[in-house]
Amino acid sequence: MATIEVDGTSYEVDGDRNLLDACLGLGLDLPYFCWHPTLGSVGSCRQCAVRVYANAEDTRGRLVMSCMTPVTDGQRLSIRDPESQAFRDKSIEVTMANHPHDCPVCEEGGECHLQDMTIMSRHTERRYRGLKKTYTNQYLGPCISHEMNRCIACYRCVRFYNDYAGGKDLAVLASKENVYFGRHEDGCLESGFSGNLVEVCPTGVFTDKTLSRSYNRKWDLQSAPSICSSCSLGCNISPGERQGRIKRIVNRYHHDINGYFICDRGRFGYDYTNADQRIQHCSIRQSADVTEEAPDYRDAINAIAVELAGAATGGNLIAIGSDRLSVEANFALQTLVDEDNFYSGMDPVQHQLLQSVLGIYRRPGIHAPTLREIESADAVLILGEDLVNSAPRMALSVRQATRNLSFELARKSQIPLWQDTSVRNLAQDRRSPLMILSVAGTDLDAIASLRLSAAADDIARLGFAVARCLSDRAPAVPNLSPDLESTAAGIADCLLRAKNPVIISGTSCNTPSVVESAAQVAMALSLAKSNGQIRPSWLSYVLPAANSLGLAMLQEGNDDNHLERAMQRVLANPGQCTALILQNDLYARAEPSRVDAFFGNLKSCIVLDQQPNRTTDRANILVPTQTDFETEGTLVNNEGRAQRYFEVFATDNPSLRDNWKTIANMAKAWVNPGTGQGLPESLLALARCENFDDLIALLKNRGGLFGHWDRAAPNAAFRIAGLKIPRMPHRYSGRTSLRANIRVAEAKQPEDRDSPLGFTMEGAPINIPGALTPGFWSPGWNSGESLNKFQDEINGHLKGGDPGLRLLQSPAATDMSAATSSDWFSVPAATPTAANGRLLAVSLPRLFDGEVLSALSPALAQRAELPQLEIHPETAAAVGLVEGHIATIRLESCQLKLPLRFNPRVASGLVAVPADVKTAGILPPVLLPAAVTIE
Amino acid sequence: MSQIGRAVYLTWDYTWSTLRTLWDVASHTFAKRDTVEYPDEMPYLAPRHRGRIVLTRDPEGNERCVACNLCAVACPTDCISLQKTEDETGRWYPEYFRINFSRCVYCGLCEEACPTYAIQLTPDFEMAEYNRQNMVYEKEHLLISGPGKYPDYSFYQVSGKAVSGRAKGEGLNEAKPVNVKSLLP
Repeated sequence: MATIEVDGTSYEVDGDRNLLDACLGLGLDLPYFCWHPTLGSVGSCRQCAVRVYANAEDTRGRLVMSCMTPVTDGQRLSIRDPESQAFRDKSIEVTMANHPHDCPVCEEGGECHLQDMTIMSRHTERRYRGLKKTYTNQYLGPCISHEMNRCIACYRCVRFYNDYAGGKDLAVLASKENVYFGRHEDGCLESGFSGNLVEVCPTGVFTDKTLSRSYNRKWDLQSAPSICSSCSLGCNISPGERQGRIKRIVNRYHHDINGYFICDRGRFGYDYTNADQRIQHCSIRQSADVTEEAPDYRDAINAIAVELAGAATGGNLIAIGSDRLSVEANFALQTLVDEDNFYSGMDPVQHQLLQSVLGIYRRPGIHAPTLREIESADAVLILGEDLVNSAPRMALSVRQATRNLSFELARKSQIPLWQDTSVRNLAQDRRSPLMILSVAGTDLDAIASLRLSAAADDIARLGFAVARCLSDRAPAVPNLSPDLESTAAGIADCLLRAKNPVIISGTSCNTPSVVESAAQVAMALSLAKSNGQIRPSWLSYVLPAANSLGLAMLQEGNDDNHLERAMQRVLANPGQCTALILQNDLYARAEPSRVDAFFGNLKSCIVLDQQPNRTTDRANILVPTQTDFETEGTLVNNEGRAQRYFEVFATDNPSLRDNWKTIANMAKAWVNPGTGQGLPESLLALARCENFDDLIALLKNRGGLFGHWDRAAPNAAFRIAGLKIPRMPHRYSGRTSLRANIRVAEAKQPEDRDSPLGFTMEGAPINIPGALTPGFWSPGWNSGESLNKFQDEINGHLKGGDPGLRLLQSPAATDMSAATSSDWFSVPAATPTAANGRLLAVSLPRLFDGEVLSALSPALAQRAELPQLEIHPETAAAVGLVEGHIATIRLESCQLKLPLRFNPRVASGLVAVPADVKTAGILPPVLLPAAVTIE
Repeated sequence: MSQIGRAVYLTWDYTWSTLRTLWDVASHTFAKRDTVEYPDEMPYLAPRHRGRIVLTRDPEGNERCVACNLCAVACPTDCISLQKTEDETGRWYPEYFRINFSRCVYCGLCEEACPTYAIQLTPDFEMAEYNRQNMVYEKEHLLISGPGKYPDYSFYQVSGKAVSGRAKGEGLNEAKPVNVKSLLP
């Protein structure tokens, strides 16, 4: 810590920071452009000048750039002295000399850092009369617009895109005052993190094209705290809505998870909620060809209740949950039909994988790290996971982890870590070790110290071998080649030498042994590193969906209630069972012919879903569900953090109710006709749920992992100064006009009984708890940079507390040496080499079209590569396949035809099948890995 | 003063006051009128009088409004709403533009906020309706064919943005686009 004196006031600040960082962290206003909390300082914009005095007697002082000046103890400086103010005014006048006069037609206007800083620097009048410089723009794809005229050459874009995110196709071109930030030619930005340019650019050079289609200013967008449901990481987002449509998504800072950045799937994948094809009304199918469209919501619920009551008396009621929907919706469904009749909707392998992940996370010696912790790791081992495609934000964190060596070197050379260019120059290409074992190579391979492609079981065997190298007590791996033995020893050595190694694996391989091997390495590492005291090893799993772990927790210890069991039960009692399916397209979950048989043998099928798919086509009664932007709930991310998301806007469609509410209404309708006699108490309690907090109280009563469920976010009674937290910015416009064409008398604002947020602009948006912060704004700071007013220090925690509740705390340090042989996982056999034209097909996750809902966004669909089968050239030669030809894969009744592409990074003997939504409809990824015939 | 004296004084006072009032009223029959015979006789309203709001066009005849939303946010009664859209050349314009005149207080802040001189207040004030719903004006009711009070201004001349008929560098006070590939000093 150091004491500095700013304009006569003394403050305690962190001595490792620079002056700008320290001043902003104290809540002082100081303009800047090129500095960014995670990108460090380069001192190019000259906007953050302050006057620093040499000592207490010094009255003249000198101007310095605060971002390039380290904090020293006893430093005296002035932000407000006239000369430094005049310097900043002149500096921004020059910056603005060529800036175009196009704020009215700029998407950044109203949330523009350049606007804010111009006002803050008090530059009000333009004196330059010369010609303004212009630039031609480029087409940068369906997500990002480019307007080079607005550039102020702060270099933030290339520093983020290239240095931070590892992009290759954005560069600074030309020289001197002609510098141009763009691609070498028109074309889509390739990086999966390009969307962050919208927020990183302090002005409107890079703007959100999906927002621009039907643009609204930031002050007109209604927001609520939300959680991205496009992968299992649970990044915090802030969606903006106007007139019933989600217009855009921006990052919502979470210290431990997403920090300042989210991936493009999360940012641009929201359009499914605006899709015309969405199911808007209930429908009831009386017989095969008579469908009653749009019956009243009540009628549909009553019809469902009759079905449910009928089926339940015969013990023929089953329900299938969804790993994409909230814990509450799944819990309501589970309560409705009773635990024994509730099935996860996952195939057996995946179901058991998740149960074992949950079990592993709760073992002693294991700690599920946050993304922030992964960023601080100095050695990373990835087992069988292609992070860029399966958990993109984690790939970005891993990329930062590889920089820790450069930070180490910088510390030794006494270079401050925020001196970005110096640190990078010092390290050159030296990186912390990143070891990637994958089935078909990953986009992180370029920065990996070790990359190895192998079949899933072989990856697992190598993992087990590493564990064996780390601890003698782990079982040995038989028949391992000497090459792999030495590789394993190398990895083990690397992990041992690291201070904070992290092991990352996941369910993408759909192979239990991979998940187990990662746990084995982590356990062995804990043992190897313990000297009396147990140090939990960091082990992180990437999971299939946003709430996979939450659903696993609801079924904790139940290895049996998966989709296959439900199907067996239906097929054993043909024509008897009634199934209630919650937003889950079963055709992507099991072999299609088997799903057909399942539906064919049902007595009645009730489906709750938001998008039409093959499962909704089979529904007898169909009820629309709300998207995550329209309802509230809690998702449990891959580290076991329960995070609540809130309704962004209230729909006026009477058929669209909260998903949990629809299920509670079913319970109500079921209980009402009779007296409820003979029905289980849990069902009666569900029927009594009037609002979200009632349901949370029920869930809390379950105890165990759910014992503190109400702590994930404040309940609906929470108020600040007696008022709810406003979802609308205080400048929200058009309230007496937006709907005046329909009815000139203004309607009452919708009420929200389920949360402490209101559909209003009234309220005191100060001291808001982190979990309830809809977005960031502060007087004078209209852009996202206002975040610094909400943090306890720059890049620190939110003042209102980090959102969410960690459910999985590693157990108190138990003695690992007590680990018995039954605690170790057993080693799988090696993958047999391919024979007689059969190859092992594996599934490859896809960034832009791999997730069922976000893939519906036109912008992402346009960015997705064409699905192709990938194969190693030598493997192809062995089975006589030619590149570019359409190959056919047969597995059971599935037949997939895709063009073939040679990729030397695919392990030999494998054929990699893309897991994009279309392909998954033909050949569900859960069936893989499996031996297939290919021709 | 005695009781009787007081009664006489009051009687006189009231009577006089009544008679004087009658005289005053009667004398107004012959005085010059302050009011005019509206609507037979129309009053003079200065050009800057703030009445009915219009949307104007630029000298080239294109809609001036670029849907920047500044009028809407400046409006103290929140009676303006609009939605941005753009044509195929990138020119912004409002998809709809709605003013709820039953809420408008004719303060003129929208006109002050407008960066393109699109929205202007006119001296017309005769907007009464029997049905309040008829006071909701849409873009087709608001848009006039001329430039209003500012005949010359054209926003896209000075914005630096490329739109139809005006590529980069062709606006007022603009240099030709930078040649990124040139190495000349």
